[in-house]
Amino acid sequence: MNRLARMWDSDIAWSFRHSPVAIVATVVALIIIMGAVLAPWIAPYNPFDSASLNLMDGFTPPGVPNQFTGNSYLMGTDNQGRDIFSTILYGARISLFVGFAAVVFSMVLGIGLGLLAGWRGGWVDSLLMRIADVQLSFPSILIALLIFGVARGFIPPSMREEVAIWVLIVSIGLSDWVQYARVVRGAAMVEKSKEYVQAARVIGVHPTRIVLRHILPNVMGPVLVIATIGLALAIIAEATLSFLGVGVPPTQPSLGTLIRIGQQYLFSGEWWIILFPSIALLLLALSVNLLGDWLRDALNPRLR
Amino acid sequence: MTEPLLSVRNLRVEFPTRRGILTAIDDVSFDIMPGEVLGVVGESGAGKSLTGAAIIGLLEPPGRIAGGEILLKGQRIDNLDAEAMRKIRGKRIGMVFQDPLTSLNPLYTVAQQLIETIRTHADISEAEARTRAVALLDRVGIPAAARRIDDYPHHFSGGMRQRVVIALALCAEPELVIADEPTTALDVSVQSQIIDLIKEICAERGAAVMLITHDMGVIAETADRVAVLYAGRLAEIGPVREVITAAEHPYTAGLMGSIPTLTQDNARLVQIPGAMPRLNAIPQGCAFNPRCERAFDRCFKDRPDPIDRGDGRKVACWLYDAAVAAGKEKVNV
Amino acid sequence: MSDALLKIEHLTRYFDVSKPWLNRVLEREEKQFLTAVADVSFEIKRGETFALVGESGSGKSTIAKMVVGLLGASEGTIEFDGHRMTGTAGAEMRDLRRRFQMIFQDPFASLNPRWRVGDIIAEPIHTFGLLKGADVTNRVGELLDTVGLSAKDAEKFPHEFSGGQRQRIAIARALSSKPEFIVCDEPTSALDVSVQAQILNLMKDLQDEMGLTYLFISHDLSVVRHMANRIGVLYLGRLVEVADGKRLFTDPQHPYTRMLLDAVPDLALSGRRRKPVEGEIPNPINPPPGCAFHPRCPLAMPRCKVEAPHRVDTATGYAACFALETQPA
Repeated sequence: MNRLARMWDSDIAWSFRHSPVAIVATVVALIIIMGAVLAPWIAPYNPFDSASLNLMDGFTPPGVPNQFTGNSYLMGTDNQGRDIFSTILYGARISLFVGFAAVVFSMVLGIGLGLLAGWRGGWVDSLLMRIADVQLSFPSILIALLIFGVARGFIPPSMREEVAIWVLIVSIGLSDWVQYARVVRGAAMVEKSKEYVQAARVIGVHPTRIVLRHILPNVMGPVLVIATIGLALAIIAEATLSFLGVGVPPTQPSLGTLIRIGQQYLFSGEWWIILFPSIALLLLALSVNLLGDWLRDALNPRLR
Repeated sequence: MTEPLLSVRNLRVEFPTRRGILTAIDDVSFDIMPGEVLGVVGESGAGKSLTGAAIIGLLEPPGRIAGGEILLKGQRIDNLDAEAMRKIRGKRIGMVFQDPLTSLNPLYTVAQQLIETIRTHADISEAEARTRAVALLDRVGIPAAARRIDDYPHHFSGGMRQRVVIALALCAEPELVIADEPTTALDVSVQSQIIDLIKEICAERGAAVMLITHDMGVIAETADRVAVLYAGRLAEIGPVREVITAAEHPYTAGLMGSIPTLTQDNARLVQIPGAMPRLNAIPQGCAFNPRCERAFDRCFKDRPDPIDRGDGRKVACWLYDAAVAAGKEKVNV
Repeated sequence: MSDALLKIEHLTRYFDVSKPWLNRVLEREEKQFLTAVADVSFEIKRGETFALVGESGSGKSTIAKMVVGLLGASEGTIEFDGHRMTGTAGAEMRDLRRRFQMIFQDPFASLNPRWRVGDIIAEPIHTFGLLKGADVTNRVGELLDTVGLSAKDAEKFPHEFSGGQRQRIAIARALSSKPEFIVCDEPTSALDVSVQAQILNLMKDLQDEMGLTYLFISHDLSVVRHMANRIGVLYLGRLVEVADGKRLFTDPQHPYTRMLLDAVPDLALSGRRRKPVEGEIPNPINPPPGCAFHPRCPLAMPRCKVEAPHRVDTATGYAACFALETQPA
C-alpha cells in the first residue's frame, strides 16, 4: 500500500491529475478498449459469423426499423447486413490487437538493433544506421505494402486468411522499427559513457549483461513515449491497409474495412456506414496520441 | 561615512513549488562599498548564486524576490521593470559567469559581442567601439588582441575565454561586477592568473566586485570582506583576515577546519557531521543547530539575527548575544 | 620485490584523432595522434597511497583507466602483484579484477539511477560469485554500516541521497569484493568542502582498518598533501616529478611543481609574494618539442627545446629536468 501511495503522490501522477487533456484522453481510450475487449459479451450481434447475416438487413439507417425484416440497429447496417455498432466493437478489437502487436514487434526489433548499434559503435553502428536511413526514405505504408505483397507470393492461398493478421502485424512492425532504433541508439551512446557503466566494466560484468541490465532500463523513457504515439500510428496504418484492400480479410472487417465499404456507398446516401467507424477510429487514434503527448511532456523535466 | 554602492536589505527569494513555498534566501542583508571586493562564500545550496542572480535581476521563474530591497547607490533596483533593469545590466552592474564555454555565443565573433555590448550602453560609432574593445582585450591579457578579436569563442582556450568574458563584463564600465564562480571550471595555474586579473582590473576602474565562490582559498587571496551563507541565511560577515583566521560562527569555524592546506599537518580533517539541510527541511531556530556542537536551548527555538561585533563584523549566532549566552543550558553534547 | 603491489613501466597511450578518411584524402592531411600518456613509470607499495597530480590534459584520468583495464595501453606494461595485466584476459583477468576496484569522480553518474542501492553494492559480489542469498543482504548491510549509512538504505534509489552519501555508496560498492587496491579518480572534486572532509576521513579510516592501497588521482594539491604517502606530478602526459608526500611540498624540485605550488591560493594569509604564472597548457596534439614544459619554464635552457629530459634522482624520488643536473642536489 505504501508503494501505491508513493506512486499516487509522485510527480507523474500529479501531472496527470492536473492535466484535463490527459484525463479525458485516457477515459475515451479506456472506453473504446473496454468495448473492444468485451465485444463478445456486449455486442448485440456477431458480424463475423457469415451464417447469421441476412442480406435483406443491408443498408438499414440508424435507429430506423428495416423495411423487410423489421430489425432495428443502433448505428445502422452495412451492405452485407452487418450491424455497424457490433462491427465497430469487433473491428476495434482487431485494430487494437494488430496495433499493439505491431508496436511490440517494432519495439523489440528497434530496441534490439538500437542497443547493438549504440553499444558496439564502429562499423556495426554505421551499417545499421545506413539501413535505417534507407528504410526511412520510403513511406512506411509503401514498405508495409511491399512486405505484404512479398508474403502473399510465398503463402499458399488456402493459408492466406489465417495468416493474414500475422503478416499484417509483421509488415507494419517492420515498417516502423527505425524510430525506436534511432532513439535507443542515441540514448545508449550517452549512457555508455556514463560512469556507472564504466564501474560495471571495471567489475568485469559481461557486456551483454551490462547492456540489458544497466543500459536498457535507462533508455526506456523516451521509448515509451514513442510507443504510445506509435500505437496510434499502427492503428491508422492497419486501417489504411485494410482500406486499400490488402489488410485483414473481408470476412473479418476492421475499422478500415468498414471505412472502405462506406466510402463506396457514401454518395448513394448511406452515410452511416462510413461516419460511425470513422469517428471511432478518430477517437481511438486521437486519444492514444494525446496520451503520448502528455507522457512526453510529463517525463521531460524528469529526464533532465 | 561613505555611502555603500550596493545595499541588500532583508532580501528574501522564494520558489513556489507544488509542494509549498521554498525560501531559498531568507532575510539576508549586506553592503558593498565602492571599489571593495566582497566575497560571498557557501556550499552548494546555500543560495550564493541566487543572491547574485537576484541582484542583477536574472532570477529564473518561478523564483522571485518576495521581500526586502536591493539598492544601487541609494536607488531601488529590485522592483524595476524589465526595460529599466536592462539598462542597468551591463552599464552599472556587470556579470562574469562560471562557465566560459556557455557564456559566449559560439556563433558570433568576440568583436561582434564586445562591440554590441559597448554600443548598447554608449552612443559611439562602431569604429570607436572597436578601438575600445581591442584596448580592453589587450588589458585582460589576450596576446595579439587586434587580430584575435575577430576569432570565434571556440578558438580560445578556457583561460583565454574567461578573460574575454571579463572584458565583456567590464566593457560598459560598470560600478559593480558580480563574478559567479569565475575560476571553478579552470585549472589551478590559470585560476591564479584570473584571480589576479579580476583584482587588478577592478581596482584600476574603481569597480566593486561581488565574488561568489565555494573556494575559500580564492576568497583569501582576493577579497577584502567575506560573507558566509548557510541554508539561505547569513552566518557571518566581516573582514577577510578575521573571518578566516578567527572565525566566530561555529559553521565558519568548522568549514575552515575541514579544508586541507599546504601548511598544516593533521591526521584527520575537522568534520562537520551531517549535511546542509534541504530548503524544505530547515530546522526551527538556527538552521545550523542539528550539526552544531555548541548549540544550546535558545538555538532550537529562535533564529538568531546577525549580531554586531564591531569593526564591520557580524555573526548570526546566539553564543555572541551576551544576554542570551549568560543564561544558556547546553543541549547538544 | 613483492612489496610493490602495482608496477607501471613505460606506459604510453595514443589516441587517433585524425579526421575521417575521406576528409583526409580530400584535404591532404596527415593522420593526427594525441599522446595522452607518454612513458610513465612508477610503483605503488602495499598499503601506501600514491597520488597522481596534474591539471587538465595531464593524462591522470587516462592512466587511471588503463590501470583498471577500461582502456588498453598503446605501449608499456602494468603489473599487479607480479601478474601482467596488459594482454591478460579470461579467467585469470577475472581473478585479478576481484582484487582491485575503482571510485569515480561524479557521484551522480557513477550509480545506476534505476537500480536500488543494495543491488548496486551487491553487483561485485554477484559477478564474482562470492556469496549467495541472505549472506549477500547481510554483507550489504555491513558495508553500508561501514561507510556511515544504514542497512535500511539498501532499499532506496540513488536520487534519494545527497552527493556525499552517494560517494559513500560508491565506496561501499568498491569494498564489497574485499579488494586490496582501489583507484580513486578525483573522488571528492565534485563535493562540497565539508563533505569532502568526511569522505577523506572515511577513506583514511578504511585504509587503516583494511590495509588498502590507494592510487589517488586529483588536481587539488592540498587534498593530495593530506592523503598521499608519495606523489607523482604529471604534465601533458609525462611524469615530471615523483617524491615523498611531505617532501614534495617543502622541497619541490621540478619547475612545474614549483609553479603549481605557487598557484595554490594561500589560505594561511601569510602574504607570500607569488610569482605570476606564465602561459597555459599547450595543445596535447602538438606538444612543444624537447621538454614539454619549456615554453613556460623560468629555468629553460637551449637544450630543453631539443631533448626530452631524463630522470634525475632526488632525495626521495626523481625529477625529469635538465636544470637539476647542473645544480647541487
